[in-house]
Amino acid sequence: MNKMLKKWFPIFLIPTLVAFFIGFIVPFFMGLYLSFCEYATIESPDFVGFANYARIFTADSQFWYSLGFTALFTAVSVVVINVAAFAVALGLTRNIRGTNLFRTVFFMPNLIGGIVLGYIWKMIINYGVLIPLFGKDLSYSSTYGFWGLVVVLAWQQIGYMMIIYISGLQSVPEEVTEAAKIDGAGRWQTLRRVILPMVMPSVTICTFLSLTNSFKLFDQNLALTDGKPGRLTEMLALCIRNTYGTTPKSHGTAQAMAVIFFIIVAVIALLQLRSTRSKEVQQ
Amino acid sequence: MSGRKNPYLTVLFSVICAVYIFPILVLLINSFKTKEAITRQVFMLPTAETFVGLENYIRGVAAIDFFRSIGYSLIVTALSVALILLCTSMCAWFLSRVGGRLCRALYYSFVFSMAVPFQMVMFTLPYIADRLGLTSPWTIPLVYLGFGAGLAVFMFTGFVKSIPLSIEEAAMIDGCSPLSTFFRVVLPIMKPTYISVAILQTMWIWNDYLLPNLVLDKTRGYYTIPMAIQSAMTDSYGTVDYGAFMALLTLAVVPIVIFYIACQKHIIKGVISGAVKG
Repeated sequence: MNKMLKKWFPIFLIPTLVAFFIGFIVPFFMGLYLSFCEYATIESPDFVGFANYARIFTADSQFWYSLGFTALFTAVSVVVINVAAFAVALGLTRNIRGTNLFRTVFFMPNLIGGIVLGYIWKMIINYGVLIPLFGKDLSYSSTYGFWGLVVVLAWQQIGYMMIIYISGLQSVPEEVTEAAKIDGAGRWQTLRRVILPMVMPSVTICTFLSLTNSFKLFDQNLALTDGKPGRLTEMLALCIRNTYGTTPKSHGTAQAMAVIFFIIVAVIALLQLRSTRSKEVQQ
Repeated sequence: MSGRKNPYLTVLFSVICAVYIFPILVLLINSFKTKEAITRQVFMLPTAETFVGLENYIRGVAAIDFFRSIGYSLIVTALSVALILLCTSMCAWFLSRVGGRLCRALYYSFVFSMAVPFQMVMFTLPYIADRLGLTSPWTIPLVYLGFGAGLAVFMFTGFVKSIPLSIEEAAMIDGCSPLSTFFRVVLPIMKPTYISVAILQTMWIWNDYLLPNLVLDKTRGYYTIPMAIQSAMTDSYGTVDYGAFMALLTLAVVPIVIFYIACQKHIIKGVISGAVKG
């Protein structure tokens, strides 16, 4: 079958492969190359070696500020999202009325795009909370912006992670929790020592997902704060976009930032997977 | 499981749910109010003086030609998802059935592309798309196929591996060509994966802002919904018509809610089976 199928590659393989080259391979390697160049237009790059990277590491304070802001934001959101999603999932897997309706509602914000979501919350946070209470809006302080972003992302992602946690919790056999109860384990002990280890695969997936989603956040950031005040709530993805085109040298600099951004995302993904995989329980 | 229901939890979750859905309700309410009422009393229901009926909707839709944007969003999303489903499923089947070093290398390049954030290609991809003339809603699906192939190939491959070879071999022995084997035998078996991939890609492409904003030719008025919303907010230089803006946001949310209610079960299944991508 193998040999016969091979001849059919123009039909089965070529369309995806051509698009993959246009949409990924070529722009990826071009980007990698351009991060070592200085250029006014993409057609005429001058190779400058590590100059762009050197500039980021020595002179670009905004990049480091954005990296710190993004890291802090990611740490807070991952905890908030996962704790809340797990708690909701625990509640909804109990025997209560209206479970399906609750699930439906919690999941819904996920389908609304980041731009639309950001503006809905901007209206509510500004006109509903900050202006009436403090007489100031989101662009007044980076603290407001920070927590605003946490609220928006949590509101969007809790439902998604909840779905994954529910499917994990439902796969825990009832005999196991019953046995723990008979052996005299309290509720908290059952949760920590029996249920949690068994849903570790879900924890891995959700932590990983929320981590990368928070780290790569762009749309919500653009709509809710647009980096204001100044560039104090500018996360990395937005920083890269805003750097591009500000000065003649900025094209290469922004592309080099994108490469660093990519490396961080890739490394986080690998580390995270490895460290949580080892905690999973084999069945 | 005992039939005993816990009423306290039900009450608790009802309250949380109400809080959860509150932002959407606030949006809906404000889309019927005057600009002044929105900025002054955002949580108040419209009164006789502040109620403006559909005026905000009419103004908003007229200001940025919103129905055209809905049309573009539909074209881009439908074409891209269809293209991704067809091409990547064929590709995934081919890669895992032919095997060999080259196919494995290709498969791992697809997996690798899943870990690459869009920022990495955000300056070069629009340039290439522009040079190849892929800047209209009818041609941008090729860009989406390229950049979105990773997850789709990964998910389809995962499923293909679980299909027993003997079924396909029987079809081939009976005289089916690889093409008809794929469409008559493999495709029907993979239906659940098609649905999952379709859901995930739809959620992504429909809401995507940055890629179409950089790739589509805006001088020809090609604005998808997220692009239209963003431009309505930023092109007005400080004098945002909040009434019209609330109406536009509501119109952007409504199709999604309808789509969600219509295929909720599939969406949740799709999320669970696609819960690998970061």
